[in-house]
Amino acid sequence: MSHALNSAGPSGGTGLRAPINLGKKARPGEAVIKALLLASAVLSVAITVGIVVTLIRPVIDFFQEISVGEFFATDGTYAVLPLIVGTLLVTVIALLLAVPLGLGAAMYLSEYASPRARRWLKPTVELLAGIPSVVYGFFALQFVTPELLQEFLSLQVNFTNSLAAGLVLGVMVLPTIASLAEDAMSAVPQSMRQGSLAMGANRMQTTLRVVFPAALSGIAAAIVLGMSRAVGETMIVTLAAGAQKVWSGDVLEGHQAMTGYIAQTFGGENPVGSTPYNMAFAVALTLFVMTLILNAISMIFVRRFRQVY
Amino acid sequence: MSVATTTASEVVASTLATGKSKDRNVLSIAFLLALWFSLFFGVIVLVALIVDTAIKGSPRFDTELITNFQSVVLPETTGFKAGIVGSIWLMVLTALLAVPLGIMAATYLEEFADNDKWWNRLIEVNLANLAAVPSIVFGLLALAAMSLLGFDRGGVVLGGAIALALLILPVVIITTREAIRAVPRDIRFGSLALGATVWQTTWRQVLPSAIPGIATGTILGLSRAIGEAAPLIVVGFGVSVLFVPDVGVDGLNSPGTSLPNQIFNLANQSREELQTAASAAIIVLLVMILGMNALAIFIRNKFQRSW
Repeated sequence: MSHALNSAGPSGGTGLRAPINLGKKARPGEAVIKALLLASAVLSVAITVGIVVTLIRPVIDFFQEISVGEFFATDGTYAVLPLIVGTLLVTVIALLLAVPLGLGAAMYLSEYASPRARRWLKPTVELLAGIPSVVYGFFALQFVTPELLQEFLSLQVNFTNSLAAGLVLGVMVLPTIASLAEDAMSAVPQSMRQGSLAMGANRMQTTLRVVFPAALSGIAAAIVLGMSRAVGETMIVTLAAGAQKVWSGDVLEGHQAMTGYIAQTFGGENPVGSTPYNMAFAVALTLFVMTLILNAISMIFVRRFRQVY
Repeated sequence: MSVATTTASEVVASTLATGKSKDRNVLSIAFLLALWFSLFFGVIVLVALIVDTAIKGSPRFDTELITNFQSVVLPETTGFKAGIVGSIWLMVLTALLAVPLGIMAATYLEEFADNDKWWNRLIEVNLANLAAVPSIVFGLLALAAMSLLGFDRGGVVLGGAIALALLILPVVIITTREAIRAVPRDIRFGSLALGATVWQTTWRQVLPSAIPGIATGTILGLSRAIGEAAPLIVVGFGVSVLFVPDVGVDGLNSPGTSLPNQIFNLANQSREELQTAASAAIIVLLVMILGMNALAIFIRNKFQRSW
């Protein structure tokens, strides 16, 4: 969880270099090893390039058949806007649940818990992120919708609905937000807390008025990263949010999300190169660009957060 | 006001202000309760999920669950043999693909890379980005990689392993880097001072010291991969695989399935018996994943040195 954040900036790298010149003996073997290591590091860049190339080729084919206007339309077989609305609906519900609870958990872990309690509590919260999303999807479909929403809360929801999908998605991104926000708040210097407490503030006031604002950019980065995770999640929305493209904002009915469309297309019998097949790539490219933008925003926040102290 | 009530013993007990003495008003207590609720909400959901699934799946906790293949004709005795074996086989291949590459890349970035160079910074930014790419996109990439490798279809074990390896590679790199970074510089200086080269230092001192951290991160990455279904659906993993794939080179090209894929397929079926079987299979999957997590925590607590 926290690792993605840590690697975001140009940090780390012990930058180990021999202090004296050891280059008297030529060491061709070590040069080869170094080249191999460099190659595997460069592979990660090749993966990104590979993703872009993979996505763009079918998308070019797609836009030769379907106009851009037909793609960015609210209605029609090849309209993407209903899918985007489906994704945004579940994401907003997920964030409404995960942001307050995630920040609450982070505040407790960072400001109230003893170091010993934190050593046990943080992995427990992070365990929630380890539950497979297909299990969450099944849970949304079999428990949250019939037993919690329909029976306990007596809501008139459809069998597949965005509300159940969004709530369960919120539980899934909660640990991401909690863990990253806790990192940000723990990084606030102890002297700021001491200053606040010395002025007579209690722990709540210190947490809300000193630590929280000081860690705000890190917290914002955590929320944006949680959002990007929610947008890209597949199995929960495929199972629980339905397979109908719906252009509406009613969370009690089902909305197909972008990832749900991709999974449905590839799970079905669509021949390679057919228009629905290529459309899945177009949706995937839109999704990739969305998560890229969210990630860039989170990185900008992180960079600001590092400059504070 | 509360300052006046602070006793001498309290002052002696804590020389630093903690703010605890001022916490006893309604607002503060309500705030603390809200924080407690936030913290335990997740745990409550986790317990509800496990208990609900276990109750629904309890009629099917029998050996047929893991010894039978999937059957729609006989839903009472449908099993997950292909999925369980498929998932384990997939794990082994994914680890073989991702772990060496991940450790090599992390070693380069931590021990050899000069962070002032733009290409190393590009790799850094790129890694952070890759870690946030939706898992389903890696399925599309694996599909393209399979056609490049000359396979006519992607839905074989190797295709799934490539997708999962691509997915966890950033995780493995990032956790390995943290493990390497935790090895103190003094160890390196000592080795270099004795005349070892940078590579000898890395190979004989740094990497062995970092093994527990690397193992922990790798197992956690693999436990994430074993639960993934989305990229495997895209690659074309079937659900009606009624045989165990060959383990070995021939098995790379055999049609793949996995436990999460089978669960996904059953979740969409309306028959009661199949839902029960899916619940029982979820418990099997959770046991596998929690077992891997427990192993990772055990390794971390048992072997990790504090310097």
